Amino acid sequence: MSQKRLLAWLLPFLAIVAVAGSAFAADLGSLVTNLVTGGYSERDDAIKALATSGEARAAPILQALSAGDLYVRNSDKLVVIGKVSASGGSGKLALTDAVTGKDAGTAAEDDLDKVKVNNRLRGTIDAAMGSLTLMSPDPKVRRQAAESLFTRRDASALAALEPALAAEKDDSIKRSMIEARAAIVLTTPDTTPAQKLAAVAVVRDRGDRDAMAVLQAAAQSTNGEVKAAALAGAESVRNTLQAWTQAQNVWYGISLGSVLLLAAIGLAITFGTMGVINMAHGEMVMLGAYTTFVVQQALRSYAPGLNEISVIIALPLAFLVSGAVGVLIERTIIRFLYGRSLDTLLATWGLSLVLQQAVRSIFGPTNREVSSPSWMSGSFHVGQLDVTYGRLWIIVFALLVFAALLLLLRKTPLGLYMRAVTQNRPMAAAVGIRTPRVDALTFGLGSGIAGLAGVALSQIDNVSPNLGQGYIIDSFMVVVFGGVGNLFGTLVGATALGIVNKFLEPYAGAVLGKILVLVFIILFIQRRPRGLFALKGRSVE
Amino acid sequence: MKLGAMIRTGLVAAGLVASATTGAFAQSGDTIKVGILHSLSGTMAISETTLKDVMLMLIDQQNKKGGLLGKKLEAVVVDPASNWPLFAEKARELLQKDKVAAVFGCWTSVSRKSVLPVFEELNGILFYPVQYEGQESQKNVFYTGAAPNQQAIPAVDYLMSKDGGEVKRWVLAGTDYVYPRTTNKILEAYLLQKGVAKEDIMINYTPFGHSDWQSIVADIKKFGSAGKKTAVVSTINGDANVPFYKELGNQGIKAKDIPVVAFSVGEEELAGIDTKPLVGHLAAWNYFESVKNPANEQFIKDWQAFTKNPKRVTNDPMEAHYIGFNMWVAAVTKAGTTDPSKVIPAMIGVKAPNLTGGVSEMLPNHHITKPVLIGEIEANGQFDVVWKTPGLVPGAAWSPILDDSKNLVADWSPALNCGNYDNVAKKCIGSGK
Amino acid sequence: MITRFLWTGMGRNLRLFVLLVLAVGIVVPALNLLMPKTSAFYVPAYALQLIGKYLCYASLALAVDLVWGFCGILTLGHAAFFALGGYCMGMYLMRQIGARGVYGNPILPDFMVFLNYPELPWFWHGFNHFWFAAAMIVIVPSVLALALGWFAFRSRVTGVYLSIITQAMTFALLLAFFRNDMGFGGNNGMTDFKDILGYSVQADTTRAALCFASALALAIFLVISGAIIGSRFGTALIAVRDAESRMRFLGYRAETYKLFVFVLSAAMAGIAGALYVPQIGIINPSEFAPGNSIEAVLWVAVGGRGTLIGPVIGAFIVNFAKTYLTGALPEVWLFALGALFIVVTLFLPKGVVGLWAQLRARNLARKATAA
Repeated sequence: MSQKRLLAWLLPFLAIVAVAGSAFAADLGSLVTNLVTGGYSERDDAIKALATSGEARAAPILQALSAGDLYVRNSDKLVVIGKVSASGGSGKLALTDAVTGKDAGTAAEDDLDKVKVNNRLRGTIDAAMGSLTLMSPDPKVRRQAAESLFTRRDASALAALEPALAAEKDDSIKRSMIEARAAIVLTTPDTTPAQKLAAVAVVRDRGDRDAMAVLQAAAQSTNGEVKAAALAGAESVRNTLQAWTQAQNVWYGISLGSVLLLAAIGLAITFGTMGVINMAHGEMVMLGAYTTFVVQQALRSYAPGLNEISVIIALPLAFLVSGAVGVLIERTIIRFLYGRSLDTLLATWGLSLVLQQAVRSIFGPTNREVSSPSWMSGSFHVGQLDVTYGRLWIIVFALLVFAALLLLLRKTPLGLYMRAVTQNRPMAAAVGIRTPRVDALTFGLGSGIAGLAGVALSQIDNVSPNLGQGYIIDSFMVVVFGGVGNLFGTLVGATALGIVNKFLEPYAGAVLGKILVLVFIILFIQRRPRGLFALKGRSVE
Repeated sequence: MKLGAMIRTGLVAAGLVASATTGAFAQSGDTIKVGILHSLSGTMAISETTLKDVMLMLIDQQNKKGGLLGKKLEAVVVDPASNWPLFAEKARELLQKDKVAAVFGCWTSVSRKSVLPVFEELNGILFYPVQYEGQESQKNVFYTGAAPNQQAIPAVDYLMSKDGGEVKRWVLAGTDYVYPRTTNKILEAYLLQKGVAKEDIMINYTPFGHSDWQSIVADIKKFGSAGKKTAVVSTINGDANVPFYKELGNQGIKAKDIPVVAFSVGEEELAGIDTKPLVGHLAAWNYFESVKNPANEQFIKDWQAFTKNPKRVTNDPMEAHYIGFNMWVAAVTKAGTTDPSKVIPAMIGVKAPNLTGGVSEMLPNHHITKPVLIGEIEANGQFDVVWKTPGLVPGAAWSPILDDSKNLVADWSPALNCGNYDNVAKKCIGSGK
Repeated sequence: MITRFLWTGMGRNLRLFVLLVLAVGIVVPALNLLMPKTSAFYVPAYALQLIGKYLCYASLALAVDLVWGFCGILTLGHAAFFALGGYCMGMYLMRQIGARGVYGNPILPDFMVFLNYPELPWFWHGFNHFWFAAAMIVIVPSVLALALGWFAFRSRVTGVYLSIITQAMTFALLLAFFRNDMGFGGNNGMTDFKDILGYSVQADTTRAALCFASALALAIFLVISGAIIGSRFGTALIAVRDAESRMRFLGYRAETYKLFVFVLSAAMAGIAGALYVPQIGIINPSEFAPGNSIEAVLWVAVGGRGTLIGPVIGAFIVNFAKTYLTGALPEVWLFALGALFIVVTLFLPKGVVGLWAQLRARNLARKATAA
């Protein structure tokens, strides 16, 4: 029931006597008391009672309960809503009396007893809130209410749904409400078969997984006609979903490929063009991830407002940190090993042990929390394809990094020098290129890009000292498969391996799929001993 | 002549190597040595380093209380580096070279399996603090973590109850190793017993450190859209959990729709995740940091003071070491010696308070009694206890649900003295004498 | 006569070194068995086992050096052959447990009872006989090496591509053996062995015998390797390493040379693995980890690549350092180990043995100028 109607009903009474007000409060008071006492079953009933009571305070109280913000004050057993206050000092919560909605001062968390809530109660609240917020002025809230009614399918919501449908102006929200009504009709036993058949059609047209769930539940019906319609509907939904599954696999493959590309692209420089078998590459990625962690920590303490863009702030810093470490490594170790390509493997392996242990000593061995900004969480639908924002951004980012690198190598003087030095060092030196400087910068660039990858990977994987270890072998496989020294090879290699992997996974399982990919790489290299795109000429050896 | 010189050199070299490896052998002193066998590097360092620290704290506290049998305790820390053969080697080193009175250590099943023969041969004592697959009871090992009946079964019972959401369809997802395999096997048998249809159970295994969960989470979503309430029982190993939960959050699987109950995710693991999208997912343990009682509050305070980190969290295996250590101290005091052949029998029946307000007891099968708690993840990275067993649950070494082991019992009291006694055939099978 | 050929084929230093290895193999177990425990010369079982382990690692290092140092193939997957040999031995040892497992099944190992195997998988048959297991220890790694080498060398996969293929191989095997469905015990692998050839693996005498066997195996490998390197075949092999194309133009079939050595080396690694398992008491998939293979390469680098003595010395130095440091400096030992690898590559490109030779050459030069 809406707030306005309630107020209109209340106003005359309020004007007449205060007694009426207090009696009303006492009534709500007992409802709220029931909400916080007894077992889950009793409290479940109390939630339903409060939701259908028509009280204006019902929505905020239930919301607070669902969010875990409802407390009982130890001193006087008053039920309060506690919010972390901006001004109340650390650890203090600003309190509001749940029943009256008036300010109730502040209190430390130790002086309050938190009202427990579990999934069952949250579900009930969700369903209740669905009916309570169907008439909300905010279209977002209305849409959410309709969606939660669809998944909850609470028969008692039907009464609230009808007036809301009549009042709704927005077509797409109206559609959601009609679907919700259909879902409820299908699960309510006392609706007629004709109503049910119409509902089956509505739900079938929705065509997603949730619709599938509703139809499969409806297929348990005792009415033969409804059962047959539901089964047919489920079958048609299944067929559409099946087709989308292939698209989903491609998407997952591209997404996995983008992660592989990010991890490998730095290696394509240090290993691919410089010939350094850089076993410490994974640790450069790890440094990037830890930089993200440090940036987030710093922002949290000094500039909480910038948290949303912490990942973007971390990008240049991660590039600089990993890049600087890379230059340092090149100047102190790698430069003595040019021409002894296999020896670089040994030195960098030792280096990776040292870097891992250093991070472990500084940050501790446990995982560190790197949070995702809101624009990287959640997902949206393209047809029946679930696209998560995080993955989408990572794909975009991988392509951007790739394009930038390509531009750098092709269009800038530095890129020209880099290509010259890696292709023919003595000749490059002879024409006056300062090869040591270019070497250091190239290695720094490769490491810096690994750092960028670390920022992206911190969004989907553990930020721990072992982070790099998990990607090093895959990275080498990608670079070698694509062809050492060829950036496009790395791009194609990463995407191909990602997609192949994701298509194998549903049939062979995650482990066997990966084994098959490895065997495929081994056999492929027999056919093309220099990878997918072999460099021509003498520069390879 | 040359040959003679050669052999002489050989002898000297051999002697050198031998004496160097046995090195500081006879360290005298009036201390009782306690071995700590937890990985400080490699993949398991993530979980095990904390346990090393908690042992150092417990030993330090005991020494401040005056030590044990009038002697100070001395911790001997080694790093088996997440390398399973190295676990066996280091166990031998602790027992033979350092002559420790007891060892607290191991996390993974394979590390425990690797050291078992060593402890058996050299008659040492091992306290194993992690929830594990059961189906084992060894004379020299005390299992202070949960057996499957102290974690998995109550968790499933809760989910099947009205409060848990009356789950009818089950995804058993785990990392492909022995603990998830056993737990899932027991759970599958249990669910079938409870009348769950075979097609309502989906079992999925992934490799260690699996990081790309897109397909599997999508599969779970698909499995969950069959119109019946679905839950995921996760025995996914530590490292793979972070990307798994991140993917769950991203694909919008809410605890209200498909709850995930995990057996390997505790406060320490959550410390690495942004838990806001995960509120309501569950974990089953015998201890949560959020349990309110004076002993636990003191423990948390001591721990944060010891690690000089006011945000450091505690978790279930730490409590297991806390219980195990106190039981060992009590048994040594009772036996009046640290000699394992006296301490092992003295351990049975020893009681020690746990941190959830009860008193745990060491059973004749070398497992302990523990309460089972179900917690829901909160936004602050802690667990809110939503359900708990009325009393303490005794750990069962052998699962009565599986055909292979339903007749087996473990009892190390003098009457039986056997880790796998067949109740029907009335004999101790296999190697268990 | 053959022994004579082998013996004279080696250099003097190598001959002395082989005797030294044998001496260690005899003296250490003897000191363990014969000396009273109180004696200063007593070698405790724990040290005996360590030395046995080092000897197995030394054999692996020698196998790696044979292909890397003399053939120019940087293998990043040799631990796979080591582990396969170990698994063959492990399967034999599992079958010897018989009815002493926790479930008391006379045929099936415990993990199979547990995973509901109705009967022994076909590839487990025969492993109850030692001779069969012994044959497999050599055959399985050799066949894998033959298959991989046959394709790779004929397609002229070289350099880093070859290294990555070998790494992919060991990584794929690692993943495969992790799977419980493979029938090799999954992540836990095989453990809790009881008997080998009827003797208890936990008995001191068995341990002593295994330690001696490891030393003997290493000595034999050294002799064989020495003979090969010293022969005309060896000369051609080194020529292939240094200038493969030129050798091809001269009519040598370079791939045959490489293949022979690669297979031989895999067999050596397999035998080393087989001796390693009963001493360590467990075999599981982590032995396939790519890091293990890289580490074996590092032992060779530390000791001195392209010499036969070097890898043995390198394996001993690195592993002794690891044993000592994980106990003495558990928190920071990785710094020390990592630094060792960096320093050795930077300053001792020829390893410890190379340093020795360098110092001697300098000494001689000084003497010459003094004279």
